[in-house]
Amino acid sequence: MSTDYQTNEAKSLLRRVLDSDIWYSFKKSKVTMVAAGVALIIFLAALLAPLLAPHNPFDLASLSLMDSLLPPSWTGMGDPRYLLGTDDQGRDVLSTILYGSRISIAVGLASVAFAAVLGITLGLVAGYMGGAVDAVIMRVADVQLSFPAILIALLIDGTISGLTGGVNREETAFTVLVISIGLSFWVQYARTVRSSTLVERDKEYVQAARLIGLHPFLIMLRHVLPNVMGPVLVIATINLALAIITEATLSFLGVGMPSTQPSLGTMIRIGNDFLFSGEWWITLFPGALLAVLVLAVNLLGDWLRDALNPKLR
Amino acid sequence: MIAFVIRRIIQSIIVIMVVGLVAFVMFRFVGDPVNQMVGLETSIADRELLREQLGLNQPLIVQYWHFISNAAQGDFGTSYQYRRPVSEILGERLPATLELALVSAIFAIAAGIPMGVYTALYRDSVLSNIFLTVSLIGISLPSFLVGILLIFIFSVHLQWLPSFGRGEVVDLGWWSTGLLTATGLKAIILPAITLGLFQMTLIMRLVRSEMMEVLRTDFVKFAKARGLKTRVVHFGHALKNTMIPVITITGLQFGSIIAFAIITETVFQWPGSGLLFLQAVQNVDVPIMAAYLLMIAFLFVLINLIVDVLYVVVDPRIRLEGS
Repeated sequence: MSTDYQTNEAKSLLRRVLDSDIWYSFKKSKVTMVAAGVALIIFLAALLAPLLAPHNPFDLASLSLMDSLLPPSWTGMGDPRYLLGTDDQGRDVLSTILYGSRISIAVGLASVAFAAVLGITLGLVAGYMGGAVDAVIMRVADVQLSFPAILIALLIDGTISGLTGGVNREETAFTVLVISIGLSFWVQYARTVRSSTLVERDKEYVQAARLIGLHPFLIMLRHVLPNVMGPVLVIATINLALAIITEATLSFLGVGMPSTQPSLGTMIRIGNDFLFSGEWWITLFPGALLAVLVLAVNLLGDWLRDALNPKLR
Repeated sequence: MIAFVIRRIIQSIIVIMVVGLVAFVMFRFVGDPVNQMVGLETSIADRELLREQLGLNQPLIVQYWHFISNAAQGDFGTSYQYRRPVSEILGERLPATLELALVSAIFAIAAGIPMGVYTALYRDSVLSNIFLTVSLIGISLPSFLVGILLIFIFSVHLQWLPSFGRGEVVDLGWWSTGLLTATGLKAIILPAITLGLFQMTLIMRLVRSEMMEVLRTDFVKFAKARGLKTRVVHFGHALKNTMIPVITITGLQFGSIIAFAIITETVFQWPGSGLLFLQAVQNVDVPIMAAYLLMIAFLFVLINLIVDVLYVVVDPRIRLEGS
C-alpha cells in the first residue's frame, strides 16, 4: 500500500512538473533547451572526469616531458594518444580540461552557495530586525556594491594570503577562492531577501507566529524564509556564471588555483605564455569550453528570470 | 539644492572614511609594517624604537586618524616591494590607465550607440540579430579571453598590432602620453577594445531598450504625424531623449572600467595602475593595495557625486523632491 501511495505521489509530482508553466516555457524555447543540454553535458563530463579522461593529469608518474607541447592529434604532427595535444608538462589537454572544468564548476557552485547563505541570512536579519542592525548591514552592502566584485575578490584574496603568509597555497587555494568570490557576491541576495522580508514580516501569518511566542530565529527560518526564496534561485543561476568567470579570471591573474591543480582559468594562463610560439591549443581549448559553459549558464539564468517573472507572462 | 549637495558630500565622505577604515585595517594588520621595513639582523630594541617612531604604539583610533590625514595629503607610505613612496609610483602609472580607460570609453560609446539605435529601429533585420548575438557573447566571454583571442588573431596571426606595452610615450610634464606617437596609438587599439567591449554591449542594450520605449511615446507619434522626416524624428526627437540614462550609465561605468583595467593590463602587460595593483596583491604589498583601494573609492564617490548633482541640475522633478 505504502509503495503504491509513494508511486502515486511521485507520479503526481512528475505530472505537476510537466503541467507547470515553467516546463511549458522551457519546451517552447529551443535556445533554452540547447543551453540546458550543453550545460548538462559539461556538468556530467566534469563530474565523471575520472572515468572519461584518457589520462590522469595529477598522476605525475604517468607524465613524460618527452610528450610536452604536442599539437592536437588530427593536425598530423601530434600523438594519437593525445586528442587535443599536451601542455608544457606533457599533460594531456583533454584530460586536464575535464579535470579543470570540475574544479571550475566546484569553485563556482561552492562560492555561489556560500554567497547565498551569507546573503540570505544577512538579508533576513536586516529585514526582520530592522533598526540599527538593518542600517549597518545595508550600508555595508551599499559601499560594497559600488566596487566591482573582481576588485573585492582580489583584495580579499591578497589579504588572506597576507595573513597566512602565503604558505600551503596549494592546499588552501580552493577555500581562499570560495571565500573571496563568496564575499564579493553576497550583496545582491541580501538586498533581494531583505526587501521581500520587509513585505512578509507584517503579514498575518508572521504576526500569528509572533503571537504564539515563537523565537524570532524560528519565525525567520521556518515561516519567512520559504516565502522569500523565489528570486534567490534566479540570482543564484545568473551568479553561477559570474562566479565561474570570476574564478577563471582570478586563476588567470595568477592568484587562483595553482598550476598543479589547474582550473580552466589556470590552463588559459599557462597556455597564454605559449601562444606566441604557436602552441595555441593549450589556451584555446579550455577557453572555448569556458566560454560555452558560461554562455549556457547565462542563457539558462535569463530564461529562468523571464519564466519566473509573472509580469512577462 | 545646496542642502542636497551638502548632504551628498557628507554621505560621500562617510563612504570614503569607511573604505579608509578597511584600508587601514589591512595596512595595519596584514603583515607587520616593522618587519617589512627592517632587515633580519635588526635587534629587538631597534625594532621597538622604529615602532615608536612610526607611531604604531599609539591608540588605534589615533593611528587611523594619522593614516587618513596622511592619505588625504597624498601620503600612502612606502611600498614594500619598491622601497619608494606609493604616491610617486601610483603617479607614474596612473596616466597609462586613465588613457586606456578614456579610449575604451570612447570606443564603447562610438560603437554602442549606433548599434543600439540600429537594433531598435530595425528590430527583425539580420544585422540586428547578429548585433544582439554578438552582444550576448560579449557579455559571456570573460574579458581576459577576449584579449587573448584578439592577440591570437591580430598579433600572432596577422601581425598587425603589438600585443604588449604602450609603444613610445611622450612626456608632457608629469603626464606621459602614448596617444601622440604612431606606435603608441597602435598599441592602445587591442587593449581598448578588450576593455570597452563589455561597456559597448551594455550601452547598446540600454540605447536599444530606451529607443524602443521612446518610439512608442506620443510625442514621437506626433512628430511623425506632423510629417517630419524619419531621420529627424529618430535622431532629433527619439535619440535625444534616450541620452540621459545613457550618459548616467556611461559615467557610472567609468569607475568600473578603471577597475576592470586590472585584467586588461595584465593580458597586454600595459604598464598602468591595475598591473601595479595585481603585482601588489601577489606580493602582499599592502601599502599599494590600500592606496589603490582608496584611489578607486575616491573615484567612484566623485563620479557618483557628479552624476547625482548633474541629475538635479537636469531634472527639475528631483529638485522639487529634495526641497
